[in-house]
Amino acid sequence: MNDFLAQHADILISLVKIAILLFVVLTVNAYLTWFERKVVAHIQSRWGPHRVGPHGLLQPLADGLKFLFKEDPTPAGVDKFVYYLAPLLALALALTSIAVIPFGPDPLHFKGHDIYLGIVDLNIGILALFAITALGVYGVALAGWASNSKYPLLGGLRSSAQMVSYELALTMSVVGVLLMCGSFSLRDIINTQAAGHGLFGLGGIFRWNIFAGPFPQILGFLCFFIAAIAETNRVPFDLPEAESELVAGFHTEYASFKFAMFFIAEYTSMITVSSLCSILFFGGWLSPFPGSWTFTHYLPSVLLIPFGLWVIWDGVRYETIFGKLILPGVGFVIAALGAVFVLFPAVNEFIQGPFWLLSKIFIFLFIYVWMRGTLPRFRYDQLMSFGWKLLLPVSLANVVITASAILWSNR
Amino acid sequence: MNAPLVVFFVLAAMCIIGAISLILQRHPIHSALSLIVVMVALAGLYLLMGAEFVAAVQIIVYGGAIMVLFVFVIMLLNAGLEERTNVSRLAGIGGIPLAIALTGFLAAAVARSQDTVQAAAQTGAVAPTKALSRLLFQDFVYPFELTSFLILVAIMGALVLAQRENR
Amino acid sequence: MVPTHYYLTLSAILFGLGVVAFIFKRNIITIFMSIELMLNAVNLAFVAFSRALNKLDGQVFVLFVIVVAAAEAAVGLGIIIMIVRNRQTLNVERVDLLKL
Repeated sequence: MNDFLAQHADILISLVKIAILLFVVLTVNAYLTWFERKVVAHIQSRWGPHRVGPHGLLQPLADGLKFLFKEDPTPAGVDKFVYYLAPLLALALALTSIAVIPFGPDPLHFKGHDIYLGIVDLNIGILALFAITALGVYGVALAGWASNSKYPLLGGLRSSAQMVSYELALTMSVVGVLLMCGSFSLRDIINTQAAGHGLFGLGGIFRWNIFAGPFPQILGFLCFFIAAIAETNRVPFDLPEAESELVAGFHTEYASFKFAMFFIAEYTSMITVSSLCSILFFGGWLSPFPGSWTFTHYLPSVLLIPFGLWVIWDGVRYETIFGKLILPGVGFVIAALGAVFVLFPAVNEFIQGPFWLLSKIFIFLFIYVWMRGTLPRFRYDQLMSFGWKLLLPVSLANVVITASAILWSNR
Repeated sequence: MNAPLVVFFVLAAMCIIGAISLILQRHPIHSALSLIVVMVALAGLYLLMGAEFVAAVQIIVYGGAIMVLFVFVIMLLNAGLEERTNVSRLAGIGGIPLAIALTGFLAAAVARSQDTVQAAAQTGAVAPTKALSRLLFQDFVYPFELTSFLILVAIMGALVLAQRENR
Repeated sequence: MVPTHYYLTLSAILFGLGVVAFIFKRNIITIFMSIELMLNAVNLAFVAFSRALNKLDGQVFVLFVIVVAAAEAAVGLGIIIMIVRNRQTLNVERVDLLKL
């Protein structure tokens, strides 16, 4: 038995990593829906979910149970194979794209094996992500077609045309970063940013790709972020699935669990895009402070301990008994985590990388949700002309200027 | 029976099943989906051979653009089921074994040619993309520019063909 | 280590299946897809040889074949759309006369 484990250690470690990552991603998805509903509600001056569990924290659980128990009708006249395939495809592709994202620089040392945080580091990391995004168009197009109904067909066609158009701008806007970093691998991109000089020779935040190097990639970042919002069919580019326009677009005829699969796929691709933004343009796991300011290593604890104490204080004043029991417990766990980071420096050093990456991902997710609450949506022809006539030329210009700047600085 | 061989057989089986499914399916959209399976399996085979950039380009361009075009056209033209074909039975009964025999002869002939082509070591696995791009932009720069011209011509052609008649 | 002739045999089989699909199918779009299958089989042979001979020229040529296939698919599908507009059928056996 031990022999078997030793021989196949790599595969077993990968399997365990995949299981953990899947579980984490699905939980984050669920609480992302809670987060979105709460934030959009507060933007609109209302409460959002606050009945199901303290502060509505059990709402995702209730939604999940609803999705599982609701009736799942199949409309008449659909092409059965394609109808069942489309949500599966969308979900599988969205979850696969998380596999290439690196979450931290240092490996865990466990019984002689170096376990890196992140399932795999391909040499063609970012190309693999684009390949998966390119295949993601099928989930939408096939769903629209298979539903045997006008509105889904129109919604599916429009949505897939939109995704294909913005894919070009998405890929082009990353070329500037690839030119500056010289590699497709995501770990190498972050390591190049770490080793770079940064603007004006300053360290810290100025080493990030968005400020650094021969040409700061601000244009590239803006093009990438806008194209990514269009790719994931979020506001302001969500005409094909908006409720007032096309009933619900390509997922009109999909009920409970299949709709949940599309839903999870959309939120997972939001998470993937946010991680890509942070890795490519904002330095991934690099801290914005220069390396010499070691006192900033206590920032995770400084954030976690007061937050945990506030949750405890809010919990003991909460209305329901359930809240009075659960919230202090959650707050205690958070504060204890912060205390652990203060007391064990080795653990503190280890979590610095993942902490910064996760904070940046969180900030981008917040920007996504903020845009959902604030912006109106584009009309379809405005959307297409924006993608082809403005975004693609700007990203091409970014490539040309970056290449010229690199040649100039290497002359 | 090492791991690469097992992976090869799995991917090759996927390719062949996809191709046979392309022939046997009656609705064009199912044929298109089978072709997409073939292309993804081929991309896997390219990865197995160490051609990672070609594998990524295969999925992005072939699987993510060309086949999307096919799927769009099938959806827009509302292509229905294929009708019963009236090709002769004799062609099927005689032709398929002959085709299998011919392929078998070809495979045997190729397998026996020891002196021409052998399984060499992995192609420069250190930075294949860099070497490939160097080749593409230095030795093959003229065909590369010509293909960009070709794509421009194709775009113009598709635009002209898809216009509605005004008269 | 997978021997090269395994890849070449697979390429031959796929090419043959593409030819069979080209001959026996009657929907224009399916015939077009069988052409793409044949091109893919040829690409596989190119990459196999590129690996066997340890040169990257085969992979460069594969990129060119993919580009040309994309251009051909675009124009070809445009032509198919025109044919459907004029003849209202996707069956090649009904498009065999120049007269409408």
